[in-house]
Order: sequence, then structure tokens, then C-alpha cells
Amino acid sequence: MRLLNRSAASISRHRRRRGAGLVLLLMGLLLSGGLYAAFSPSSTADDARTQAEMVENGRRLFLTGCASCHGQNAEGLTTINGQMIGPSLVGVGAAAVDFQVGTGRMPMAFPGVQAPEKPEVYNEEEVADLAAYVASLAPGPAIPSEEDYSTEGMSEEEKEAAIVRGGQIFLTNCTACHNFTGAGGAMPHGGYAPSLLETDPKHIYEAMLTGPQSMDVFSNGNIPPEAKKDVIAYIESMREQPGYGGFGLGGLGPVSEGAFAWIAGIGTMVGFAVWIAAHTTRSQKKKGHAA
Amino acid sequence: MSSHITDTSKVATSNSSAAVAKKPSKVGAAAGWADERLGLAAMGKKNLRKVFPDHWSFMLGEIALWSFVVLLLTGVFLTLWFRPSMSEIAYNGSYDQLRGIMMSEAMASTLDISFDVRGGLLMRQMHHWAAMLFIASMMIHLLRVFFTGAHRKPRELNWVIGCLLLLLGTLEGFTGYSLPDDLLSGTGVRAADGFIKAIPVVGTYVSFFLFGGEFPGEAIIPRLYTIHVLLIPGLLLALIAAHMLLLVYHKHTQWAGPGRTEDNVVGYPMLPVYAAKAGGFFFIVFGVTAIMGATMSINAVWKFGPYDPTKVTAGSQPDWYMGWPDGALRIMPGIESHIGPYTIAWNIFLPIIVLPGLLFTVLLLLPFLEAWITGDKREHHLLQRPRNAPTRTATMVALMTLYGLFWAAGGNDIIAILFNSSINDITYFLRAAVFIGPVIAFVITRRICIALQRHDNEMLLHGYETGVIMRSADGAYSEKHLPVAPEKAYAWTVRDRGHVTSIEGPSTDGATAEDANGVPAPKGRLAGVREKVRALYYADDVQKPTAEELAEAHHHAEHEHALQAALDGHAADGHQFDDHGGSVSENPLRGGEH
Repeated sequence: MRLLNRSAASISRHRRRRGAGLVLLLMGLLLSGGLYAAFSPSSTADDARTQAEMVENGRRLFLTGCASCHGQNAEGLTTINGQMIGPSLVGVGAAAVDFQVGTGRMPMAFPGVQAPEKPEVYNEEEVADLAAYVASLAPGPAIPSEEDYSTEGMSEEEKEAAIVRGGQIFLTNCTACHNFTGAGGAMPHGGYAPSLLETDPKHIYEAMLTGPQSMDVFSNGNIPPEAKKDVIAYIESMREQPGYGGFGLGGLGPVSEGAFAWIAGIGTMVGFAVWIAAHTTRSQKKKGHAA
Repeated sequence: MSSHITDTSKVATSNSSAAVAKKPSKVGAAAGWADERLGLAAMGKKNLRKVFPDHWSFMLGEIALWSFVVLLLTGVFLTLWFRPSMSEIAYNGSYDQLRGIMMSEAMASTLDISFDVRGGLLMRQMHHWAAMLFIASMMIHLLRVFFTGAHRKPRELNWVIGCLLLLLGTLEGFTGYSLPDDLLSGTGVRAADGFIKAIPVVGTYVSFFLFGGEFPGEAIIPRLYTIHVLLIPGLLLALIAAHMLLLVYHKHTQWAGPGRTEDNVVGYPMLPVYAAKAGGFFFIVFGVTAIMGATMSINAVWKFGPYDPTKVTAGSQPDWYMGWPDGALRIMPGIESHIGPYTIAWNIFLPIIVLPGLLFTVLLLLPFLEAWITGDKREHHLLQRPRNAPTRTATMVALMTLYGLFWAAGGNDIIAILFNSSINDITYFLRAAVFIGPVIAFVITRRICIALQRHDNEMLLHGYETGVIMRSADGAYSEKHLPVAPEKAYAWTVRDRGHVTSIEGPSTDGATAEDANGVPAPKGRLAGVREKVRALYYADDVQKPTAEELAEAHHHAEHEHALQAALDGHAADGHQFDDHGGSVSENPLRGGEH
């Protein structure tokens, strides 16, 4: 079901995006031919672009793709009844944009309890531009760099100690919603804590930092940056861990175990009982007369 | 002459029976030695040839028995390494992710069994799977017994023993689940502590008594261990023995059929047939459990980590057999009352203490309730087809529906994430469904049973549909019907007639309304209620056709058939209907249908 929704959403989103892109392109051509290069996919001069250019590009992208819900100045929009359409993004920081847009959660395909993860709409450069624009509005958490969440460069012992520490932090702070294997769990009113089994380490870090959607913010005062790294080290070690006990049954705990006990276990046993009862001693076996 | 030598040896072997008397074989000698001291021969002669009827559904209880044996075997293995202690130690085994973490010895030894004892994880997983299968097979056995009416006199007490086995099995499962002291089982014990404390007045005292002080204390794991490996297994063994002795004493029930009556058992002898079948089944149960233990991960305690009251995980559920009270707890609205400084937590007390107790009592009393309603005091050794007791069948299906809905409630979070739905909506739906669902299930099942009874009558009176379409001279089409096999017709018609009583009519349990002196029999205060319930119990029950109806129907069929046959041009099988004996089964039209 979720898969169906996703693919349906991705089709509609692509259609919308292409149209939007074309309008944007026409606008750019009309205003100034020079801007064309910035929208062209062949442009690779990331490093060469100045911060001001990125912010300006980001603002344009924002006005096209985000402003309808978040407002023209990212101030947030509400209906006349006071219901929120989109929250203010002032001060959420580049990390929030990188998480929301980088995992495809934003832009949302349709309003709902929670924005599901889906294929990204913007390319890396566009995400960076959007992040730069939102970061320019007010100070907020920046996008973490690779050394913030990668265990590379650690010695074996350091890494092991980090994993053990991270495991305890994970079990204390994360499992209540994300489940003990990180397989995800239910939240009230149709919300859910998503599975962490495939999530990019950078996005895990950003999620802790910014607390997207139903999630709490685990600020650096709450879980220090080194501890965040430990948590990611633990999650990655659990992904690499072999299935010691065999097939993991979805990692959902006793409910799936019970289902397998009944369907696979009792199903097989009853099947064998039928088989044994059907094969019995007969004084004679007449074709078509067996009862 | 070499041939002469072989001849003598032949003589010797052919006379071996005579030789036994003089010089017994080694096996014979051992058997004789044992028999002189134990008197096994007389007992064996009678019991080894004891006859059991054959049907797949009679083997469901056997799954439970053999799972219990697997539990004993694997459980003994686990006790050799498990340390039931709550003293804190630093874990230093081979599992990297928890190395150096402080945990109870119970948890540390569970990790040792899983990672450092050869075959330990396999034994742990087999033990856990066998526990789940033990209780599941007891339940399907219970359902078979109830649906076929095998709980009726004289087997009511064996039903009670079976229910106690189910209860004890559940408690045994819960105590075992709690032993590893991992995050999941600790959460379970924490919940149990809350349940006990929800009992008004005595709750806190019972909790402090059980835990040796405030939760968690240091006592609960050693205490649960003693209960798990000694107390409950002992009770289970004793009750299983009683259950099986009663089975032997009552003799096994059987399905009705030609030659099978209330006074005999038609089947195969224990030795060799059932010794082979049951023995073989043990190996199958062991094998299936071993395959499950080897390939399917269960209760991966290393992922949960040690218990710590500050931690909890999503997907914290009990094992399936405790899932339904957990479900009732999950959907219960938060109601509590305050009397002075005291709080009565109805939202916990009702679903988790009162409801299971109430439903278990209902389960225990089902045979007695049924006997009271029907007034049936006769012994029953022939099984009833579920359709022939519509109210009973519908009652159990209603109970199963209730159980299933509570079960669903117990997994509401898993349902919510798997089906992308709101946990709140699921909860609201189930709050209503647990009341409405069983009623709907009852009505539907009852009507299906009655419809099936009608269908049986239809088949008996008019035969089964052959699929052969006949066309008459004036163009009308009709389907050719053939009578059902006589063995089948016999089995279908072995059932009581005339159990239906009207509200004002006399009861059929043999109690006369007046004694010899014309004094009316004393009626209990509940007699009126009983009459009404009985009328409802049998309401709309379809009676089997009478002999006259059958004769009439067959005569009619014969007539019809003769008409059809005349047009048919061939296969004027009229003789099938005058004495539908052996010819039926040879009729090619019957095909594979039986």
C-alpha cells in the first residue's frame, strides 16, 4: 500500500516538477540570459559559486516549490481558521532543509499526518541552494560534515567502545519509537517512526539535530556530537551484524514471532497430522474405494 | 552328507518355540526377569493392544504432548548454563555491542548461551518455539474437542484438566519469557507488577510479596526460575498424566460410521500401529521445532540489551498467548476512580485481571453450561459434526472472534505500521468490534450450520448433483441426481432426533413432570430460564429426515429417473435406487467424489 502510494506520488510530483521547471526556465530566459547557466544540469561549478549566488538560487527555488505552504518569506502559512498549512522555516537551519528535501520528504506530495520518504525531487546542488537560502534567514543547525558522523579513522578499540556507548544511547532514546532493531514503530493518529535500516548516516545525524515531524530534537546539549556519532556507529554495526538466530521475521518482535508460530509451525504440524492419518495400515486397498 | 547337517539346523530353528521354554533368548530372559518383578505382561497384554480410532484431528493434542517433551529436553539443556541471579556483572562475552555493559547474571548467562555455548542459541530458539507451539497446539486441540462435542459426559473433567493445562502452560510461558532479564522481558515483568498493583486493596501487598519489596528488587528472577523449572512443570506433568489416564479410561471418541457405536471403539491397536504413528509424530514435531529453531530468529535478546526501567522499545509485546489480555488493556478507555487518597485503576484492573479470569471461567464451565441447557445426562462416545450443534459451534466461533479481535488489539501498533493506518482509528474500531463482532460471528455461524444441516437433508433426500443435464422431450432441462454413498448417509444420520423442546413442552432429559403420586417435580427457580435458553439453543435446528421421508424421496427419484432414463436412451440405472448398496460406489459418475 505504502509502495503504491509512493509510486503514485512520485508520478504526480514529477509531472508537477517538470512544468514548474519549464516556467522557471522561461522566467529566467526572459529576465536574463545569463541566469540560464545556473539552471543547466551541466553546471558543475559548485565551489566557484558564491554564497550570495546560492542563496539567490535557493530563494528562487523556494518561491517556486516551497512558498505555497511555507510562505513567500518562509514565515509559515495558516488558514483563516488558524490551521497550519506549513510551519515557519526561520531558524530551522540548513540541516533541516538537507534532511527534509534530501530524503524526498519535502516537497510533500499532498497534505497528510506525516511526510513520507520518497525519491528526491531536487538534485544535490538545488538542495544545497535551498539550504543556503533557509540558513540565511536566521541562524540554525548547519549540515554536518562527514567527520561528524563517520567512524572512519577510529581504531578498532575506539570503534568498539563507540558502538557499545551508542547502543545504550540508542536503547534509551530511540527504541521507544523506532523499535529495538530500528525497524520503525507506530505513532498516534497515523504517524510513524520510520525504519532506520536504510537511512543515510548524514540524515540520521540531521534528524537528531533538527527533530523532523513527530521526532524530538536531540540537541547537542542533550546528546553531544560525539554521542550522536556513537549512535550512528551502533546503528551501522547492527546493519552489518549477521542474523545470528536465522531469518529475522521483520524484526518486529513477538507479534511476528507469534504469527510465524501459528502459520509456519502449527500449519506444518497439522499438515503432517493429516498426512499421518491419511497413511494407515489397510487390510486391502481397493482403488476408488478408500474412505 | 552336508544336506543332513543343514536339515538338523532347520529342525532346531523350527522348534525354537519349544526351545524357549527350556532355554529363553536373552531378550526373553530380560523380559521374563522384569515381568516377574513388575507384572508388566498382564498390563501390557491389555494395554498394548488398546484400540484408538484414526482421524487427523485426534492428533492435535499429540502436537502439544510432543512439544512438551521438546520443552523438557531443551529446557534441561538451558538450565545447565543459565544463572538465575539478578546480581549485576559486566558482560565480557563474545557479543561486541554489549561488551562491558553492566547487566544481571541472568541476562549475561542468556547471552553466553546464545553466543558462547555450542548449540546454545539453537536450544534457546527451539525452547521458545516449542513453547509457542505447545500452547498453540493445546488451543487447536481444545477447539477440536469442543467443535466435535468431545467435552460431553463423561469427559467434562478431562476438559477441566485441559483448561488448567492451558492456563498453566500460559503461566509457564510467561515465567520463561521473563527469565532472560532483557529489555523486552523486563518490560513484561514491569507490566505484570503494574497489573498486580491494579488489584484493589491487596495489589500493592501482593506485589511487594512477589518481588520481595519494590519492583524490581533482586528476588523476582530466582523466584520465577523456581516456578518455571520446578513448580509449573511438575504440575503440568501431573496434569498431563491425569489427562492421558482419563483418555485411556474413557477410551477415545470416534466419528460415527457403520459399525461404530457408543459402545465400541473402531480403529487400530496401540502396538504396532499407534506406537509407530505417535512415535513417528514425535520425531516430526521435534524436527519441525528444530528447523524453526535453526532458521527463524526468536527473541533476539542481544538486540534488546539488558533490562533497565528507564528504557522501553516499540514492539514491546508479550508472546502471542498473552497477547489477547494485552490487547484488551490497549483498547480499554482510561477509567479510574478515586476514593479518598486511593485510586482504583479500572483501566488496568478490568481488562487484565477481571476479563481473563472471567473468560477462563466461561471456558472451564462450557461443558457444564451446555449440559445444564440441554439436560443431556447420557454418555457420548460418538463425535458430533459441528453443524449438528449450531448453537455450540456458534458459541465457540463467537469466542474465537472475541479472542481474535483482542489479539489484533494486542498488535495494534504493528497493524498500524504494516497497513499504514492510524493506531487511534484501530483502537476506536476495536472498542466497538469486541462487542459487535462476536454477536455477528455467532449469528452467521449458527445460520451457516443450519444451512449445512438443510444441505445434508437435501443430499439425503434428493441425492447429490451429478452435473449431468437431462433434456426432456418437450425441451425442459433437469439435472440428474444420484444418492449419496450409504456409509456417508449413515454417518450423517447418526444423530439425535426430537431434542427440540418448546417453552411449554416437557424437558427431554427424562425428568418427569410428576412422580407416581401425581406430585409435580420441584422446579428450581431457574427452571423457567432454563426452558427458555434450551428453546433458543435448539431453535431452528433442522431434524434429519424420517425413514418415511427417505422412502418417499427415493420413490420419487426412482420415478423421475425412470422418466429420464426412457429419454436417455441408455444407462437406465433404475436398479441403483431399489437397493442403493454396492452399485453406487462403482458408478463411474461418482468419479473421485466421496
